[in-house]
Amino acid sequence: MQFTIEVGRYSPEGTYAENAVPGKPFPAPWDRSPARRYQTYTVDLPEHAVVLDALIAIREYQDQSLAVRCACRSAICGSCAMWINGHSHLACKSKLSAFTKEGKTRVESPPSMPIIRDLVCDMKPFWDKHLAVKPWLQNKQPVPPPNEEYRVSNASMEELIQEVSCISCSACLMDCESFAVNPDFLGPQALAQAYRYAGDPRDAETKERLAEYSKPGGIWDCTHCYECVTQCPKGVAPLDQILKLRKMAVDAGFTHNAGTRHADAFAESVRESGRLNELTLMPKSVGFFNIVDQIKTLPSAFNLIRAGKLPPLIHKKIPGVNRIKTIFERVGGRFK
Amino acid sequence: MKVAFYPGCVSKGACPELYVSAKAIAEPLGLELKELTEAPCTGAGVLSEQNPQLGDALNGLTLAMAESEGADLMTICSTCQGVLSNHNYHLKQDKERMDRTNATLADQGFQYGGTTKVKHLLWMLFEDIGIDRVSAAIKRKLTGLKIAPFYGCYILRPEESLGLKERPERKNYLERLIALLGAEPVEYRGSTKCCGFPMLTFNRDKALAMGGNHIVEAKEKGADLLVTPCPLCHLNLDGQQPDAARVLKKDIGVPIFHLPQLLGLAFGMDPSELRLDHHVVPTKGALEKVELKV
Repeated sequence: MQFTIEVGRYSPEGTYAENAVPGKPFPAPWDRSPARRYQTYTVDLPEHAVVLDALIAIREYQDQSLAVRCACRSAICGSCAMWINGHSHLACKSKLSAFTKEGKTRVESPPSMPIIRDLVCDMKPFWDKHLAVKPWLQNKQPVPPPNEEYRVSNASMEELIQEVSCISCSACLMDCESFAVNPDFLGPQALAQAYRYAGDPRDAETKERLAEYSKPGGIWDCTHCYECVTQCPKGVAPLDQILKLRKMAVDAGFTHNAGTRHADAFAESVRESGRLNELTLMPKSVGFFNIVDQIKTLPSAFNLIRAGKLPPLIHKKIPGVNRIKTIFERVGGRFK
Repeated sequence: MKVAFYPGCVSKGACPELYVSAKAIAEPLGLELKELTEAPCTGAGVLSEQNPQLGDALNGLTLAMAESEGADLMTICSTCQGVLSNHNYHLKQDKERMDRTNATLADQGFQYGGTTKVKHLLWMLFEDIGIDRVSAAIKRKLTGLKIAPFYGCYILRPEESLGLKERPERKNYLERLIALLGAEPVEYRGSTKCCGFPMLTFNRDKALAMGGNHIVEAKEKGADLLVTPCPLCHLNLDGQQPDAARVLKKDIGVPIFHLPQLLGLAFGMDPSELRLDHHVVPTKGALEKVELKV
């Protein structure tokens, strides 16, 4: 079966094949990779072939200048994550037939990562973030003697199986919306690993970890878009782990941040009226004494008022609001 | 067709034009809206992430209210859709969660039996109302307009609870609808991405850049306007657009339409009836392309 592959090529020396056409992956200002070119190849492969089969066939039989990073070909090593048709996937796990769109498949290095050559991006941002969350156990004292081991319940380890499944392929970071606009964001992979250790009963520094992860660039900088959950080839569901960390951090008392203020203001509004009070949510989330940030919101507020989009000044309660208050009293926890 | 109508807080707050236009298009689509006036806010995921049990109880109550109406629950907001679908999915899957929720609601006059279907208006157009009925209601083709779809995260992800594994076609309904109304859908990467709204209060400039980038990309692909089934996306993409332009140091000026507004236009309604004059980014330029004035 014939497949057409359009490969995003980048050469630090600036030399390209004659049929390569200049281009950028998308006209997005976050593109941190230098200008690339797209080169089209045709390969003859069986119907069940994956994208990596095509790339290897190109490199072996058509163009040995093509740089591809891969190893296991079995979705275990995590080497071949790349952008396929604009989203990150493992090339070894993506069937060509499923990714052929309008007769071709576009493969390239993700624009949010620095590029080394062709399909090989620089993984440094990924590993820096990974290390920043201290992905190792801080032993709880007393450490068991050499001939013994920590005893933990089966259930507590089952809780962490999902995070342990991570193969560090970076597919989640490559498609992370927050990382795309905020290079300081720790990102989904690192934070999923952060939960893996903060949630481990053998770890002695859970509180220190939560303090660290609550800082700018941490758990509250995630935009909650679920891209990482969709793109992870191993079902790690990084966002779910970030949300667990948020809950742990708030429960441990790390509440002096806009994320917690936002949740508290939201809860107060729903508890008292059954619905969201948009008029008070923004100032309460930003913090009344955060004058600089309050002022920043004013031009937008003025625009909304001018367009007649100001929420009603007197916030109405829904009929039967007492029912909602009762629910909060029963299961509201800290939102009571 | 009777539906239990869940308008959501924003359509009754900062986006009144959504509520008005949704009510306006109900009749030509043959929808009998039974509004759930006593249903609470979903918590937009913010409450559920801190307290899943509270999320179950609030949304379980809404699901039970729709169940007692004997009708599907219709949303007009991607975020409401996502949160209600998520809780509905887990309550149906997990008997313990369902029992605990019904115990919380025990003396509140409602019990949830797990039969409610939660459907965004966008899904209903294709799955319940039907393309034939929508086509029959069209009185004015939107020919000549290039329209960029903007879904909003929670109507696309996570796929399991939204039923996208069983119905992958839901990922393309906006493009299909735009073409059905006679306009040309714009293909661009941002259509399925995040508008940045969830970060707006914690990380303002980054949230504005995120949404702004998608509009710029759509504009560069020739879009006259964006259409969204999510009022929270609308608040960030329309309401904050001048500020996003400032952050990105770019001129943007692309109007953002709510889904029912676009339908209403194609159904021959007057732009002011759909409150297309209540937008931060003027809709005039786009409307003039189909020879309409606001």
